[in-house]
Amino acid sequence: MSSHDLHLQHQQQVRDMRNAGDVEEEEEEEEEEEEQLQGEYAADEYYGTDASNDSGTESMPWIAWFCSLGGHQYFAEVADEFVEDDFNLTGLNSIVPFYKEALEMILDLEPEEDSTKVPDVSIVEASAEQLYGLIHQRFIVTRQGLQQMADKYQAGHFGSCPRTYCQSTNVVPCGRYDLPGVETVKLYCPNCQDIYSPPSSRYHNLDGAYFGTTFAHMLFHIYPELVPNIPNKIYTPAIYGFKISEYSRCGPRMQWLRIKQDPNTLDASGRLIKDAKEQDENDKQ
Amino acid sequence: MDDYTSGSDSDYTKYWIDWFLGTKGNEYFCEVDEEYILDRFNLTGLNTEVQYYSQALDLITDNLDENLNEEIRDIVEKSARHLYGLIHARFIITTHGLTKMLEKFKKCDFGRCPRVLCHNHPLLPVALSDIPYTKSVKLFCCRCEDIYNPKSTRHASIDGAYFGCSFPHMLFQVYPQLVPPKSTDRYVPRIFGFKLHDVAKQHRYQDMIREESHARIMAGIEGLPTTAVVVQSSTSARDVQQQNHKNNKSIESATPTMTESGAMADVN
Repeated sequence: MSSHDLHLQHQQQVRDMRNAGDVEEEEEEEEEEEEQLQGEYAADEYYGTDASNDSGTESMPWIAWFCSLGGHQYFAEVADEFVEDDFNLTGLNSIVPFYKEALEMILDLEPEEDSTKVPDVSIVEASAEQLYGLIHQRFIVTRQGLQQMADKYQAGHFGSCPRTYCQSTNVVPCGRYDLPGVETVKLYCPNCQDIYSPPSSRYHNLDGAYFGTTFAHMLFHIYPELVPNIPNKIYTPAIYGFKISEYSRCGPRMQWLRIKQDPNTLDASGRLIKDAKEQDENDKQ
Repeated sequence: MDDYTSGSDSDYTKYWIDWFLGTKGNEYFCEVDEEYILDRFNLTGLNTEVQYYSQALDLITDNLDENLNEEIRDIVEKSARHLYGLIHARFIITTHGLTKMLEKFKKCDFGRCPRVLCHNHPLLPVALSDIPYTKSVKLFCCRCEDIYNPKSTRHASIDGAYFGCSFPHMLFQVYPQLVPPKSTDRYVPRIFGFKLHDVAKQHRYQDMIREESHARIMAGIEGLPTTAVVVQSSTSARDVQQQNHKNNKSIESATPTMTESGAMADVN
């Protein structure tokens, strides 16, 4: 058996372990999530059995396999050319441990002879995941990456906004920090311009840095037609149909948060242009 | 969930309400007191809303005749669930109902706010319409004062009328100390670290609205002391002042105006 075969075999073991882990996770999750996701898990299993029969996953490139894993539906497949260009990876070698080995794994290259210093393939696997995530963060703000993510957005791969008045509009993944290990991924709603936690717990250990702070806003900047056009509605609390007074101790205090105004009708200081004109005239008098 | 008999076969429970509350998807409901259900006054008008009203009521109170045929039993079972929901909507805004729901709120039985900046604040069920079969139940977050769809499809299909539009607001009227301090935190979108011009403009507009409404509220609370001032004007004025303090600690500039209101109260 060649070293490559060994490597692949080990990879396969790690993959099996991951799939097993996913199944455990499934049990912990709320039932309704299970129902939704069972189809996806079935797909994972399909790949698993396929591999044992006629080496299906082994012939599958690492990137495609990684993106097909349960809980990785948010990821776009980074183009090989992008990963191969060292310029795109500038600085990542200082963040990711076992950078060289991880990169080899991502690109499905045969490890070099001196790779025996690696204590365990699962460590490289974790590094590869992190490295892929950080490359992904850079890739999805390129033209090609944005196009892929726009397609995924339109297909609803990222879920929908939980806010009732956003009418289940699609959301995009985003991070609040660009450095890994700070916070998990959040979902940005282009309608209410706010961020939410993903409903399924399988995304609660996905790093937000793999999507970055920029991507979500770049997407809607480049594709303004993706911004949903939903009439702005604000919830007004009422008891027996009577609105609660603002003077009440528990009266509404947060309505400002959901107020939306066409930016073209506002001046730089945030005043309505027509109000600002009146005010200026009054000041002159 | 659909079949009462099969449910009770595998997991036998003595009381229908216990069975109902133990069924998956009914986690939002609390137990309605038996005395409340037995008081016919509380059920006024429901007989026109529910098919097989009296049998449904009998089923809820475990008095249903066992010798009903399957078909009718199924319909009665469905009606009983509907009737229970409608009674539930009335019960949870009574004093006892509110305390029961408060316990559930504290246990986070209704889930937590999905908005990141609400830091997992517990939610409360609310309806957008009191009429049955119109809108499903929504979840109200008292921190951002907005409503959200339940995470699970099972909860998302519950009729909103089983909770009513007034419930969470009634709860906070009765327990105002539960209202969390409001924060002005807001998500700021950035591209490569730079804020976006249009969004920043909107945020300034929102800030303006917030400050305006805050000023209005403070001025309004000042205008109210006649209701708060009773006979001993000096002590009650202090109460008003303390209340104002509680209402908003963040604005220090409000303090001098509040002493003015105290003075006005003295005059009164």
